[in-house]
Amino acid sequence: MTRPQPAAAALRVRTAQAADLDAVAAIDLAITRLPKPDYWAQIHRRYGGGRRQQRFFLVAESAGRIEGFVIGEVRDWEFGSPRCGWVFAISVRPETRLAGIGSRLLEAICAGFRRQGVTKVRTLLARDNSLILSFFRSQGMMAAPFIPLELDLH
Amino acid sequence: MKLQKNTLFALYSVLESAANPGRQYSAGEIALKYGISPHHLAKVLRTLGRAGLVESVRGVGGGYRFSGNAKRLTLMDVVQLFENAHASPQRRARHRSGVERGLATVLAEIEEISKATLQSISIATMLKLIQRQQRR
Repeated sequence: MTRPQPAAAALRVRTAQAADLDAVAAIDLAITRLPKPDYWAQIHRRYGGGRRQQRFFLVAESAGRIEGFVIGEVRDWEFGSPRCGWVFAISVRPETRLAGIGSRLLEAICAGFRRQGVTKVRTLLARDNSLILSFFRSQGMMAAPFIPLELDLH
Repeated sequence: MKLQKNTLFALYSVLESAANPGRQYSAGEIALKYGISPHHLAKVLRTLGRAGLVESVRGVGGGYRFSGNAKRLTLMDVVQLFENAHASPQRRARHRSGVERGLATVLAEIEEISKATLQSISIATMLKLIQRQQRR
């Protein structure tokens, strides 16, 4: 049965709490098919509970259910970049997409970055991830003046 | 990725018509705006019509109007109609010298980034970008 799309007005974006971790991990598992329980516990220790001003772990909640999450941080001089906000992860339940939840999450974390005096937000993602690339593009994001590089270590 | 004239003309036509989806445009009108040949543009519009991105309206005041889904249609979808976007320089270079293979690897890297960019930008996103730039 398809769950009705949450109304934008009923949606609340708030700081993630320990009780949200299972729902967040379940959303990630449904999308990536990769269970990562240790990773999510570590993310909550580093970003959860709103304990650190520069770090953000936000969830979108509607009618008591977590519909999506976003994680990010303000970092100084990372990769030679002046202080800016980095979005590390953003995810929305597949069945409730196209209802503006991702936009609300991104707006909320950008508002948090602005409160920290940041005027630029960046992210990094796989270039074959067309869905999320298209989402960030639709929000007005453009290519950054960086090139990601990698090396196979044998 | 260097785009051919046909591809650029197709992008002009799709973006012009998608900006006003209810409106009909003649090939001459778009050609005049971009300073291009109406005859050349008419051929491009026929290809876009066969792909279902524009539909032709016959009769007096007829022309073409946008018939695609601006939120789903990407720049790459349009580009692919006119360019051989699947050609792989790396595959072609398999039996060539080390220098040729090395260069082909770097050129393929550039190609992949170009493709990812074109695939990630929908016509709706592109129209928003154009509006933002016009406001500046």
